[in-house]
Amino acid sequence: MKSKNVIKVENLTKKFGDFTAVNKISFKVKTGEIFGFLGANGAGKTTAMKMLIGISIPTSGDAQVAGFDVFKNPEDIKKNIGYMSQKFALYDDLTVKENITFFGGIYGLSRKQIEEKRCLLVEELGLQDIVNELVGSLPLGWKQKISFSVALLHNPKIVFLDEPTGGVDPITRRQFWEMIYKTANNGTTVFVTTHYMDEAEYCDRVSIMVDGKIEALDTPTKLKEQFKADTMNDVFLKLARG
Amino acid sequence: MSILVKNITKTFKNLTAVNNISFDVKEGELFGLIGPDGAGKTTIFRILTTLLFADKGEAIVADYDVVKDYKSIRNNVGYMPGKFSLYQDLTVEENLAFFATIFGTTIEKNYDLIKDIYIQIEPFKTRRAGKLSGGMKQKLALCCALIHKPKVLFLDEPTTGVDPVSRKEFWEMLKRLQKKGITILVSTPYMDEAALCDRIALIQDGKILEIDTPQEIVKHYPKKIYDVKTDNMYKLIECLNTYEHHYSVYPFGEFVHYTDKREDFNPKDLQLFLEEMGAVNITIQPTETTIEDTFMELAK
Repeated sequence: MKSKNVIKVENLTKKFGDFTAVNKISFKVKTGEIFGFLGANGAGKTTAMKMLIGISIPTSGDAQVAGFDVFKNPEDIKKNIGYMSQKFALYDDLTVKENITFFGGIYGLSRKQIEEKRCLLVEELGLQDIVNELVGSLPLGWKQKISFSVALLHNPKIVFLDEPTGGVDPITRRQFWEMIYKTANNGTTVFVTTHYMDEAEYCDRVSIMVDGKIEALDTPTKLKEQFKADTMNDVFLKLARG
Repeated sequence: MSILVKNITKTFKNLTAVNNISFDVKEGELFGLIGPDGAGKTTIFRILTTLLFADKGEAIVADYDVVKDYKSIRNNVGYMPGKFSLYQDLTVEENLAFFATIFGTTIEKNYDLIKDIYIQIEPFKTRRAGKLSGGMKQKLALCCALIHKPKVLFLDEPTTGVDPVSRKEFWEMLKRLQKKGITILVSTPYMDEAALCDRIALIQDGKILEIDTPQEIVKHYPKKIYDVKTDNMYKLIECLNTYEHHYSVYPFGEFVHYTDKREDFNPKDLQLFLEEMGAVNITIQPTETTIEDTFMELAK
């Protein structure tokens, strides 16, 4: 199950003028894996992620995402992945129902499919009472859970989550991770960034970027052994502080 | 007392953002408001910095009343809002000079206070604030909030979205400022930062759940917590949630924090249950209560 590589990255590089934001990074992510993509602010995570989701063309290197080439087929990549960012998730002035319909339409689902998905979502997330509420009026935790589900509407092979739990309360944060486990268990690969180091422990494997390069990549257990650290927080501090 | 808050309530339309909150902060204390987005932290900050009127209640900051003496408060407090609020098209140096001038002082006069922090961004002093990285913006904002040598410093989520390294550095800076006699009220959604405060208020849905020192607050937790681990986290959580005696089951890093309903809980019973469910490599061991455990118990 976890043998096939759904993301293959080889020497991927992005330069802005004379600044190298991402410097020859290479890694692979398996189907159904929860892959943690960590790094300090400004280490190049967002730039790398933008290349992988097909919205930024790399300067050099190779990358295959969901079976498509980031240079040749960025549009096919977009159709086969889900993406959720903390900044832009859902439309605040549309209701929950309208958001689901809108994004379902964008992903090319038929009316019938959207209807089915919506019923399923309402049931699974217990949205019965808020389905006709404006998204802007909901607590952040709800928004993030709905936003994650919306990113999965079209059954993507991979879902990219950019700091999905920032500022979310501790209970909702854990419910969110239970959703991530469930998604990965169903075979969807989860590619996630976070600043919560306890969440890094929940990942199957973790990569840590420092100044545009991937300086460490392994399971949390092995990384802790390698850096002689008790927690992922200590691993991160040792790496990023040099 | 540096800050005294008594029965403050603030309602927006049908939302009670702050619900009858009272607390006090002693002079020179580093006090944390700990809670998630939407807890009411920013509303409290805005009331205490005289930017918003409370519906009910009283508040005193640096011996001034937030309503009657609002002008004096503004001269005596520094405020770093959660959203970056400096002038994006002014340079680092211009922003700092601007704030100094507004408060009738100069950069030179209070340079000692900001020196530690400012030297880290000085190499970029001719760069526009809008072009700075997140970590540098945060340092500049802190310098601007300090340039008039405030008695009380208000920091609203200064570390949200900031990586663990910069977060650690930021807290080291706060500790140094505190030693210079500045009272600090800081808010954060990161529970691990709570341990770095002298005292904390846990806050959710506009209400204070508990106020105490970080050391005392964890003692109020009613149960003994166990770290549980097997080779499959997802299955483990599912299993534990079906166990009839479970009280709470929360993933915590590589372990699940488990508590049991029974007073006379024996970990061996749980071990047997997990073995029956087919779990392998089972670890069950007692662990320390964290502030996050306490928060979740109170917020349930």
